[in-house]
Formats: sequence, C-alpha cells, structure tokens
Amino acid sequence: MLQFLVRRAILALLVCLTVLVISFALTRLSGDLAISIAGPNATAQDIETVRKNYGLDRPLPVQFVDWAGHAAQGDLGSSYLYHAPVARLIADRMPITLTLGLTGLLIALVTAIPLGIIAAMREGSLPDRVIGIVALLGQAMPSFWLALVLIIWLGLKLQLLPISGVDEWQGYIMPGIVLAFSAIPALMRLTRTGMIDALSSDYIRTARAKGLSTASIVLKHALRNAAMPVVSVAAVQLGFMLGGSIVIEAIFALHGVGYLAWESISKNDFPVVQAVVLILAMIYIALTLFADAMNAVLDPRLRAA
Amino acid sequence: MRHVVTAFGGCIILIVLLAAIFAPLVAPHDPFAQDLMQRMIPPEWMDGGSPAHPFGTDQLGRDYLSRLLFGARISMAIGIFTVITSGFIGITLGVLGGYFGGRVDDVVMFMITCRLSIPLILVALTVVALVGSSLTVVILTLGLLLWERFAVVSRTTTMQVRNLDYIAAARAAGASRLHIMLREVLPNIVSPLIVVATLEMALAILLEAALSFLGLGVPPPLPSWGLMIAEGKDYMFFSPWVIMIPGIALFVLVLGINLLGDGLRDSLHAGRA
Repeated sequence: MLQFLVRRAILALLVCLTVLVISFALTRLSGDLAISIAGPNATAQDIETVRKNYGLDRPLPVQFVDWAGHAAQGDLGSSYLYHAPVARLIADRMPITLTLGLTGLLIALVTAIPLGIIAAMREGSLPDRVIGIVALLGQAMPSFWLALVLIIWLGLKLQLLPISGVDEWQGYIMPGIVLAFSAIPALMRLTRTGMIDALSSDYIRTARAKGLSTASIVLKHALRNAAMPVVSVAAVQLGFMLGGSIVIEAIFALHGVGYLAWESISKNDFPVVQAVVLILAMIYIALTLFADAMNAVLDPRLRAA
Repeated sequence: MRHVVTAFGGCIILIVLLAAIFAPLVAPHDPFAQDLMQRMIPPEWMDGGSPAHPFGTDQLGRDYLSRLLFGARISMAIGIFTVITSGFIGITLGVLGGYFGGRVDDVVMFMITCRLSIPLILVALTVVALVGSSLTVVILTLGLLLWERFAVVSRTTTMQVRNLDYIAAARAAGASRLHIMLREVLPNIVSPLIVVATLEMALAILLEAALSFLGLGVPPPLPSWGLMIAEGKDYMFFSPWVIMIPGIALFVLVLGINLLGDGLRDSLHAGRA
C-alpha cells in the first residue's frame, strides 16, 4: 500500500508543477499584460510605468521562476486592485467558499444516498424509474437558472430564505442546494449501482439466510461495500463544487474565493486570478490524493498492490 | 418505453436544430430590432400580452420569440463545434495511449489528470476575458477544455480491441499503425464515443450559457440564452417570464440531449450483453 501511495504522491507533485506552469501561462494569453492593467485610457508612458513597476519588462522565464519561487514559499504576490497580499485575500475568503462547498456536499449526500438505496432495493420498480427520471431532469437544469428560480420562489414568494449574503447561516442553504444539484445525479447513480452489486452478492445471501432483518442487511452489510466508490467520488465532487462555486457566489453575492476570482477576472487583477486557479487546482489534487488513500485503506485488495 | 424516451430526446434536438436552421424564416421579427415604445411586453397568454409578440419583448423592446429562435443557433453551434474540437483532441490522445500503451499511455494519463485538476469555469472565464469574447473564442476554449472524457473512454475501449484477432490479422497483413488505428480501431470504438459526444454537447451548451450569464461568453447583442437570462435578471422579480422562457428552452434542449444519450447507452449495453 505504501508503494502505491508514494507513487500517487509523486504523480500529484508532477501535476502540481504542471498546474503552476499553466496558471502562469494562462494570464499571459493576452500578449501584453501591462496594456490590460493600465486600462483603456492609459498613455504610452503609463503603460511603460506599469510594465516597470510590476516587473513585466523582464523575460517571461525570469518572471515565471520569480513567481513560482515565491508561490512555493506561500507568497502569491500582491493584488493590483486591493494592494494587499494575494495569499491573505484568498485566506480571508476561503472559509465562505469551504462552508458553501461542504454545505453543498452534505445536502448532496443526504439526498443522493437514501434515494440511491431506495432505487437499488426495488430495481426496475416505479420508484426506481421515477428517481432515474428526476436525476435526468436535475442534470439538465442550468445551475445559475435554478439559482434565480429559487431566489424568486423561496426568497421572494415564500420569503423563507435570504436571497443574498451570508450574514445569517440560512444564507448558505439556497446556494448549497444549487451546488448540490449538480452532484446529486452522479452520487445517486453510483450508490444505486454499488448497492445493486452488493445486494446480489453471496455474503448478503448468507446474511439473509441467517435471518437478519432487511434494515440490518441493507445498512450494515451492503451499504458499507457500496460506500467506497461514493466516498472517493464525493471527494472529487467537492473539488468540482469549489471550482464551480464561482457562478453561485456571483449570483448570491457571497464574498468567497469564487467571487474574488470573478471580480479579479473582470478587473484584470491577474496575480489574484493565477493564484486562485493554482489554489483550487491544489485543493482538487489533494482531494483526489485523499480519495485514493481512503480507497487503499478501505479496500484490502488495493493494500497488497 | 425506452425507445419512446430516446426518440423523444431525438425529437427535441431535431426541433431545436430546425429552429436554428430556419430561424430567419420563422422568426416573426428581427431579433436585433429595438423598439423602446414596446419594452417588456408580457407573453401573449398573460395579461397585457399581444399577439404581435407571442413571447413578449425584452427590456429593449426586442421580440423575445425571435431572439429565442436565433439563440438556438448559438446553443447548437456551441454544442456541435465544441464536441468536434474536443472529440478530435480527446479521441486522438485516447487512441494513441490505448494502442501504444507504455510511455505514450503514461503521458496521455498525465495530461488527463492535469486537465481534471484545472478548475473548468474559472479557466474558461479567464481565457475569454483575456482573448476577447466571441462565439469562436468560446467554442475553442470549451473545445480545448472538454476533451478528457473522450480521451478516457477511447483509451479504455482501444485497449479492449487492441489485442483482438482482426487487429492481429491487419498487422500480419502488413497494415501500418496509422492505418490500423484509423481503419480498424476507430470504427470499432465509435458507439461509446457517440454517447460521450452527447454528454459533452450538453455540458458545452450549459457552460456557454453560464459564461454568457457571467458576462464573459458570447457578447451582446447576440441572443445567447444565457445572456438573455442575464439581461432579464434585473426584471425577474416583477416579470419572472423573462428568465423562465430562455431558462426552460435551455433546460429542454439539454434534457433532450441527455435522454438521447441515455437511450443510446442502454441500447449499446443491451447489444453487447
């Protein structure tokens, strides 16, 4: 198992390095950053000043090594817009994005797992079909549109939930639901197939023969085996949710990392943009590494490898 | 039952495709023509609606039905051309990795892992913001980002067919590697790839709408459905239909694509079993 994990860790490190290059290269796509930063009304001299002040007159490899070297020590540069260290800007906003992501994941899991179990227990029955259709409908729903519909319906018509900001904890519910929506179909299908496999296996037949109750068979024996892929996919889904929260944060005016990124993209604050891309990628890499480690621990077959 | 659902999905796609192709013929008005005296007229079936504008008008007095019909062109163009771009990249990488294995496969797997760790929407937004927003830029950006599922599936299926007898026969007959990959492998892995294409097409359409909604996708005054929702957002509290109409159009199109994809997957599995 150790060997497997070491190999995975080395791979993760290589991916990190590649992402470092990509996030740097990304913001250099426009050709001349100084022109973008100086703005549309800048004179040639302004642009020259910007180029000097931000060190953009240096060759690209030098700029990259300088940035990557500092980034490796936790210094992500400073924001053009806020004139503050990027690392601190992100650290300040990360709790909101993490809370939102975890709320979304929690809502997704408590919805998807029971529905998946019900569908699996009565494979091919009416409830199974209805759940399948609901998953398809959910998949087709544009998340930003769902957010607006919920704002009109839950926020304005029924006045149940606040429509923007997170001054109260209720502010996380609506964005959490929207975020969960995109993850539910995948998690549900996975629970369903995992449970169907587990329920048709020999040890379940043995458990039935021993006269154990259905509840005990489903929850204790089958679910434990079906849970493994769900855990690893849930970790990956959390990564996607953090990356995708940019749309949700923009709609609900949650001042998290996604909102910061959106603001920075529209205002040409490139140090922030490349840092957010880098950090979200790192979190995703860490989550997949965690998922693999979990699998290795939970599954004895992988341990031997 | 299955076939009915699949056919239903296909019909939705066909209708949207026809609407996109014949938009100039069926649209009652010019989708770009503003009429400030006719702003925010509700749809015909609501109070204050007018038969001249069956789906009402937007905040600039443009006919909503006409914009919706022309918007179908944007969604279909995004869906089709993104899938062509990403399919080309993904299938090339996947077949190479799956056929050669070893080092080549390691490189392909590494590229897939890197692509997955990059936050999709964020990178797409950044690229469009820097390069400038246009339909072509959005198609190329999404095409360059959405190839990984094509690569994963074509890689696995290529590995399955690689060692089959007819490939060995072709090799014995002296066929070149390129010939084997294009003429022997590719035709035999095409059906699972069609299912992937439907998934990616739906995803591309949803992503374009999200990018346009955030103001960094297809530029105004083009009638992208995502942009229509963004423009209607300020009016949605008093006139919810301005976001409901393009939203439902988007939802129905993506649902149609998913239904078709799901049906195709089921019939493929049934065929194999």
